[in-house]
Amino acid sequence: MEKLHFTFKATQPITHPVHIGVVASGDLEVIMRPTTGDSELDIVTGSDGFHDVWQHVLERFFDRYPIQAKFEINDFGATPGVVNLRLTQAMEALKDAQ
Amino acid sequence: MSDTERNWHSHRDAKAARLANAASLLDGKFAKTKDAKAVLETLLSSGDKVVLEGDNQKQASFLSQTLASVDPAKIHDLHMIMSSVSRPEHLDIFEDGIASKLDFSFAGPQSTRISQMIADGTLKIGDIHTYLELYARLYIDLIPNVVLVAADKVDHEGNLYTGANTEETPVIVESAAFHDGIVIVQANEIVDKVPRVDIPGDWVDVVIPADEPYQLEPLFTRDPQNITELQILMGMMAIRGIYERHNVQSVNHGVGFNTAAIELLLPTYGDQLGLKGKIVPNWEVNPTPTLIPAIESGWIKSIHSFGGEVGMEQYIAARPDIFFVGPDGTMRSNRAFGQMAGQYALDMFVGSTLQIDQYGNSSTVTKGRLSGFGGAPNMGSNPTGRRHSTPAWQSLKPKDDPLGRGQKLVVQMVETFGSNKRPVFVDHLDAEEVQKEAKLANVPIMIYSEDTTHIVTEEGIAYLYKTDSMAERQAAIEAIAGVTPVGMRSTEKELADLRRRGIVALPEDLGVRRTDAKRSLLAAQNMEDLVTWSHGLYNPPAKFRSWS
Repeated sequence: MEKLHFTFKATQPITHPVHIGVVASGDLEVIMRPTTGDSELDIVTGSDGFHDVWQHVLERFFDRYPIQAKFEINDFGATPGVVNLRLTQAMEALKDAQ
Repeated sequence: MSDTERNWHSHRDAKAARLANAASLLDGKFAKTKDAKAVLETLLSSGDKVVLEGDNQKQASFLSQTLASVDPAKIHDLHMIMSSVSRPEHLDIFEDGIASKLDFSFAGPQSTRISQMIADGTLKIGDIHTYLELYARLYIDLIPNVVLVAADKVDHEGNLYTGANTEETPVIVESAAFHDGIVIVQANEIVDKVPRVDIPGDWVDVVIPADEPYQLEPLFTRDPQNITELQILMGMMAIRGIYERHNVQSVNHGVGFNTAAIELLLPTYGDQLGLKGKIVPNWEVNPTPTLIPAIESGWIKSIHSFGGEVGMEQYIAARPDIFFVGPDGTMRSNRAFGQMAGQYALDMFVGSTLQIDQYGNSSTVTKGRLSGFGGAPNMGSNPTGRRHSTPAWQSLKPKDDPLGRGQKLVVQMVETFGSNKRPVFVDHLDAEEVQKEAKLANVPIMIYSEDTTHIVTEEGIAYLYKTDSMAERQAAIEAIAGVTPVGMRSTEKELADLRRRGIVALPEDLGVRRTDAKRSLLAAQNMEDLVTWSHGLYNPPAKFRSWS
């Protein structure tokens, strides 16, 4: 198990908290809460040694969706594809809520 | 030597002599189970070309075990021709010197060992083939001396019933029976009357009752419980962005979870889109249970199959309008005709792979594993001999060429990273290394870039057929390759340009909502649901009965 922390510059505030996904084999849960300032991400992952892959997935995500939020991510061996699916699903859920 | 002196029937004489040597072991065409080894030692000669039937599902397992038991001092250096190398003894015969050369199509279950044996020099590879190609060579330059095949039932005349899993028996037997090869059959059962004649008795030389029924595996059954939301998302994109957009009428699905997801989305998501009756009525595919909901809800009108699938027998027998069923009421399959249909008569092939390179070439051969490809390259290629037109085929016709013609849709569906978290998109295929290690004439590529018209990932669809140059094709692949090293080369600006020109589509461009990609969207969630859809006619094999 590994704990990762990332910070990204963000410009778009969110108004609602969002919770997507589950902590199940090959899956993860993503919780986003409104915040001010930079986006802080706390990740607990069951797969060690994937810091750079997380970095790439998150850079891509914040390039497209620079949202201001406090992220809590609990990962149980999700592939980068599943991580990106959950993050983008959260964006759809936010859009629906607004 | 003048023509009148030349013996024009030397093969027939040689066959007669071999059978005469075995006369004491035979009662008519029939040998005793216990004499099987002696029969093979008498009828085989060192250096013979021998076909051993081994499809994906069905294995002539009694004959392969018997072959592995013959005395290498008597029988050695056979040239084996096997579409599928599946069982340990298929390779034991090379270690023991009984055989020395192998021409094959698929070696999935033995791919690591076969790689090692080639490196060690224990086994010499003739070549890797597609199924159809290997069958074709049985009639040209790999004409067999002896063929070893499996039948369900044999009558006293030697007529064979091969049943639902007829698979490749006819194409193998015919190559020997009409060129003075010897046809040896293992039989599950000897009966007074066969349900139907799949192979006429006068094509058969020797029948040996097997000690146990031939091995048969439910190889292509996929439990819906293991279909992920990512696969559902890709399935939704494919239905909208390819099946609907190109008006696809006929299809072959590979046997992975990606295509199982599509099969289970047609009756739900496809229905919501109003596509029922408009797309994919005609299929060339193994009769996998995940097709049941689409059949029952009226989506699928016809299915021709390469082989059978364990547990589907009763269901298929009850649906003769859909499947190819004999007058006896059981399914007939024929792998050679299936591959022919899959190559020439389909609008589209949808499959998966383990690696795709930066140019769009794909292969399931990875480091240290020489798996071969089976039938995928037949289905997953554009047959340039095709002349008939269909709307989907025509939709890929280049606009600016007066002599232009359509193209088969060849779709690869992959997640950007495999479940082992290794990137599927790579700069160079492992197959390039394997070529050197195994000393193959060509890099073992499963589907070439030039034949690949679409790639679907969880990121989106690349419409490769729309690209004008290799650089543009590479950019399209990069745009949907996620955070793999290949995908990291794509920029937001390039992606926006490719989307604008319709070369790449993201889910939002196709009207697909990622939050709709839920397991509840599948027409069946598990094996029990499939049984219910089948009105109790589908009988899942024990290993798929986890719920009971």
